[in-house]
Amino acid sequence: MKALLIRDIRLAVRAGGGFGLGLAFFLIVIVMVPFAVGADTGLLSKIAPGVLWIGALLACLLSLDRLLALDFEDGTLDLLATAPLPLEAALSVKALAHWITTGLPLVIAAPVLGVLMNLPTQGYVWLVLSLLLGTPALSVIGTFGAALTVGIKRGGLLLSLLVLPLYLPTLIFGAEAAQRGAAGADASTPMLLLAGISAATIALMPFASAAVLKVNLR
Amino acid sequence: MSLWEYANPVKFLRLSERVLPMLWVLAISSTVVGLLWGFFFTPDDIRQGSTVKIIYIHVPAALMAINAWFMMLVASLIWLIRRHHVSALAAKAAAPVGVVMTLIALITGAIWGQPMWGTWWVWDPRLTSFLILFLFYLGYIALWEAIEDSDTAADLTAVLCMVGSVFAVLSRYAVNFWNQGLHQGTSIPVATGERSVADVFFVPLLISMVGLGLLFFALTLYRTGTEIRMRRTKALLAREGRN
Amino acid sequence: MTLTVTNLTIIRGGLPVLADVSFVLETGQALILRGPNGVGKTTLLRTIAGLQPSLNGKVSGAQDQIAYAAHSDGLKAMLSVTENLSFWAEVFGQSDISHALVAFELENLSDRLAGTLSAGQKRRLGLARLLVTGRPIWVLDEPTVSLDTTSVAMFAVAVESHLKSGGMALIATHIDLGIEQANVLDVTPFIARNDVAMGSSVEAFL
Repeated sequence: MKALLIRDIRLAVRAGGGFGLGLAFFLIVIVMVPFAVGADTGLLSKIAPGVLWIGALLACLLSLDRLLALDFEDGTLDLLATAPLPLEAALSVKALAHWITTGLPLVIAAPVLGVLMNLPTQGYVWLVLSLLLGTPALSVIGTFGAALTVGIKRGGLLLSLLVLPLYLPTLIFGAEAAQRGAAGADASTPMLLLAGISAATIALMPFASAAVLKVNLR
Repeated sequence: MSLWEYANPVKFLRLSERVLPMLWVLAISSTVVGLLWGFFFTPDDIRQGSTVKIIYIHVPAALMAINAWFMMLVASLIWLIRRHHVSALAAKAAAPVGVVMTLIALITGAIWGQPMWGTWWVWDPRLTSFLILFLFYLGYIALWEAIEDSDTAADLTAVLCMVGSVFAVLSRYAVNFWNQGLHQGTSIPVATGERSVADVFFVPLLISMVGLGLLFFALTLYRTGTEIRMRRTKALLAREGRN
Repeated sequence: MTLTVTNLTIIRGGLPVLADVSFVLETGQALILRGPNGVGKTTLLRTIAGLQPSLNGKVSGAQDQIAYAAHSDGLKAMLSVTENLSFWAEVFGQSDISHALVAFELENLSDRLAGTLSAGQKRRLGLARLLVTGRPIWVLDEPTVSLDTTSVAMFAVAVESHLKSGGMALIATHIDLGIEQANVLDVTPFIARNDVAMGSSVEAFL
């Protein structure tokens, strides 16, 4: 399992692995926002938590395409399916690798982009915490979407169509927590619900992902 | 003689051919009676005026939008557990009907909302939940269309339906949490047995509910028959190809 | 140890291609599968490896014993030869990869990125992967594609020493590998005739 994790991270970091693409996309989306809605700092600071969450979510979505497709094309998934490692575990590890190479950098970059969006001072802690709790769920749910569409040529658009509705509860609680935090209100309830979603999806989604991947491999 | 006998596509086709004519008559007549009664022969509401009459299409459509998804969930489970092809095809056939019901509920809701709330659309939890349900339907249908092998498509969409159901319920609660909303409470709470609608409105409403329910049933049965015939054509061609 | 295949009927695209395939493979034996293109050799191997469900019949003794290698090797262009091999070794709970490098003469290439290797060298690396799995049954689909005669001989030696140390091999190939312990099985007689049932997803609709 450790070998798979290290391999996936190594592949992401090496040339052509796409590491940093999500981060760059996140930056660009946030930079575009003031051009679209106007540079009024009051307005920006009001919408900052929500926009940052949407940006992170889309950046996460963007990288799902590569999560399993490359391993499917070169036969790695076939070989992993015959390996002693259960597919559920392999997919959990791949989701973890995806989170480390995509989700975690987004969490770390979010405060910097928060400055661009005039995020209120008290909002930073809650923004980072909510992303830290929420992005793992995005990775695991995304792995399910990737496993579902892995056999489909040019399935990227379909993948977005399938995954985005599944992202809704995470987005609602995550953005709500960040929003309340930024407004100086008590954010503990949405935070707990967000943690609940993350815990439940991490525990259960790999089984669904492995089930659909097995169907796609046969 | 068990119910599962009709899981055989050919037997199912024969049965549905016998049932369908009667079902069409019942479905269309009760829908027409319910809607006409509701539109023309009920008094206006004191506060809402004649706009309330849209309820006779809005509520049954919304009801069937949810029931259609629920039926797809049950059919998907039957497919995953018992591998009856008819079940998977019935789920596939129900989805477009369900999506139309969802659209009707959304559009009539918007039309009703305009005079009542002064706007076509509010991000009210109920409306929002239906919009989300609409997205789930779209994803489900798109996945069926994207996969060539029919058994693979049936398996994948069945799992998507199960996972989607969980997330749809989760979204419903998340949306409730996010915005408390303007939408009136349910008119006919099943659990308590009380209702906030007077009998004059209730009877035609009930008839339209039964009507749209039967209409959904007839359309789904008809579409399932079409799906079975398509698969049968493929199967016959495959047999031809071998000889 | 025995791999037993009994009355196996395999399907491709929902239709049976080979029917009632039976054979027994004992420790130290190799079986070469022959037959024209499209007859279903790949499907047969995938079914035995457990990657595909069969229509009928039974495969016993294969559970967690098979190392499968096909046209695509699961190699990553951006990883070095050593990294590729160590990864698969660790996945299969092994640690030593040096014997695999030696057997396929990859020592001098060990630090090169797999993406910079020639087609034949890549193939050798893909086959070296079999040695690091520690699995006794090799299931190989056209293993000699893009190998030159020297490399084919190298591969034959590897298979022979695998057999001597108690392994087995099931190989679909068109060329003569010159392996002594190998029996040949022509799968043509097993081609599914028209009277073979077509599988529930077709049959149910007739």
